[in-house]
Amino acid sequence: MRFRAKIVDLACLNHFSRIINTIAKLAKTCILRLTVSKLYFILSDKVANGGASMWCELSQGNFFDEFQMEGVAAEHNEIYLELKPENLSRALKTAQNAKAVKMKLTNKHCPCLRVAVELPSLSSSSRIVTHDIPVGVIPRRMWNDFREPSVPDFDVSIYLPALKTMKSVVERMKNLSNFIVIEANLSGEMNLKIETDLVSVTTHFKDLGNPPWASEDGCQSSAQDRDLESMAEACIDIKKLQLLLAGQQVNPTKALCNIVRKRIVHFILLHEEVSLQYFIPAIA
Amino acid sequence: LSRIGDELYLEPTESGLSLRAVNSSRSAFASFLFAPLFFQLYEPGGAGPDAELFRCKVHMKSLLGIFRSLPSLEKSVGKCLILLKPRASRLVLQLHCKYGVTKTHNLTFQECERLQAVFDTQRCASRLCAPARVLAEAVVHFPPMLAEVTLGTGPGGKISLRNYVEDEAEPSKTMVTELWLAEDEFQSVAVAPGSHITFCLKEFRGLLSFAEASNLPLTIHFDEPGRPMIFTLDDTVLEVHLVLATLSDLESNSQSPSTNGVSHLPAPSDNFADDLESYMAAMETSEGPSEGPPSPTFPLRTPRPAESEPEEEREEEEEEEEGAVPGTPPHKKFRSLFFGSVMTPGRPSPATTQEVLAEDSDGES
Repeated sequence: MRFRAKIVDLACLNHFSRIINTIAKLAKTCILRLTVSKLYFILSDKVANGGASMWCELSQGNFFDEFQMEGVAAEHNEIYLELKPENLSRALKTAQNAKAVKMKLTNKHCPCLRVAVELPSLSSSSRIVTHDIPVGVIPRRMWNDFREPSVPDFDVSIYLPALKTMKSVVERMKNLSNFIVIEANLSGEMNLKIETDLVSVTTHFKDLGNPPWASEDGCQSSAQDRDLESMAEACIDIKKLQLLLAGQQVNPTKALCNIVRKRIVHFILLHEEVSLQYFIPAIA
Repeated sequence: LSRIGDELYLEPTESGLSLRAVNSSRSAFASFLFAPLFFQLYEPGGAGPDAELFRCKVHMKSLLGIFRSLPSLEKSVGKCLILLKPRASRLVLQLHCKYGVTKTHNLTFQECERLQAVFDTQRCASRLCAPARVLAEAVVHFPPMLAEVTLGTGPGGKISLRNYVEDEAEPSKTMVTELWLAEDEFQSVAVAPGSHITFCLKEFRGLLSFAEASNLPLTIHFDEPGRPMIFTLDDTVLEVHLVLATLSDLESNSQSPSTNGVSHLPAPSDNFADDLESYMAAMETSEGPSEGPPSPTFPLRTPRPAESEPEEEREEEEEEEEGAVPGTPPHKKFRSLFFGSVMTPGRPSPATTQEVLAEDSDGES
């Protein structure tokens, strides 16, 4: 099992760092899955994570100049690693003007992802900073725990309002309540509500648009019969929503959420080279 | 100085005004000596040539409050008068500002013994001098909360900085960051080969920001682990010393990186020892303690594949630690600086007058 990769282009490095920063906000520990063509950051919905789960997928070709990977075995050409994205974020943080960043999987005292940053310096040789990030290697028998979650059978799917606006609304609401209700309907309307003993606040968004989902087993056709005005709502932990929004440093190409009333909210944020799905379960 | 201690010691001397601080564990000491020429007017006082000059200490917070905002001080303050009135028990700080405004602060003080750490830069085997900017750029790669860092020497004259991981902390859980600086980034390098020293980054960062702001090169003097490390800044009217206790280690090579140079990253090579594969094999085959919680945690080290194939590890192309670290963790000891009760002014004197606070119980010297 081996892994080596290199980024030379500063724009790619920046973009990659931003993605890692977003992931670091959402998960203290997560799984990095490496395949020949993609990288995945996965957080599974264990109780320890508060039930939230995440699936982030990027094509390595969009970021790395060199990428070599050999998985556990020929027919299972993948590597699953457990790590703290915060470590990776810190390692890349001071690499913003690097000449090159190399990553490699090593095992000296324990498995590590070694990030080596080559920095320009006034002297004849470059400055090298290495960060050894401890990782846990996930054995093949556990890989099933980390499969891509399927899109839930949602009641409403709606495009999100401008994330910047949504973020500032949610941040202020966070000061008043621990829970927030997201509700939306198939007429492009969404409300964010909080309610406490002292105060209730609702922010209304309209004309958001509802994404068209290809109907699979006719379940969507029944949606057309459904009342377009009827709201599907779910009450979720406001902190999780705030972290998701705070982590977005660049506006996604597409941002939408799927609501299964009273069960779960599924956020999908799509950028050109990376897709992020985040599931927040509803509070009973 | 406020990054070091909670009290500021003021000592007017014939050679200038000395401001000093020490931390609560007596493992860091700093002194700033402003020569008389630094001031528009300097009268150290004293009733006669033989009378001892008055010294005192004040709460750091009181002074910080007065000098809090540098930009606004620069804009509005024309002159600052510092007056020590022993009989009135007051330290007066008077700021003469624009528009005829005078702000007078009367601070209380406490009389105190002379604060002097015993150290001697001449006795340090190694010395480095670098522009503050280079050191600041080096330190930035380490997390702000990091406590200790090890400075070491490597082949090709390279100098390394590495975060120090306590042995009690699980090494498999802590990120290790290491930075290599080439010799020519320094203004001068005179170090004993293979030497290394571990010190606390926090107090050093304070001095580093001062050095950067005043654009002065920083000189680092150090000796064996356990002996104090001294940082100095010099300019025509200011002499700064920061003395830090260092970690003494029983195992001289427990933390030092091994000797392969990293002036260039090695080209990808097939010698990459697939110890990971054997590690994985060991994990697959062993029944494995059913790691209780369903989410996988860092794998247990019980299979210890690393120890079972030391040969392959050594073939790996780049720097690696020396073999297995023995079981007994080194006894961590930050030696207190020796604070003598030095009544006579003058140069810090070496060993003879010091009061030994902590006996050297390991035979490192």
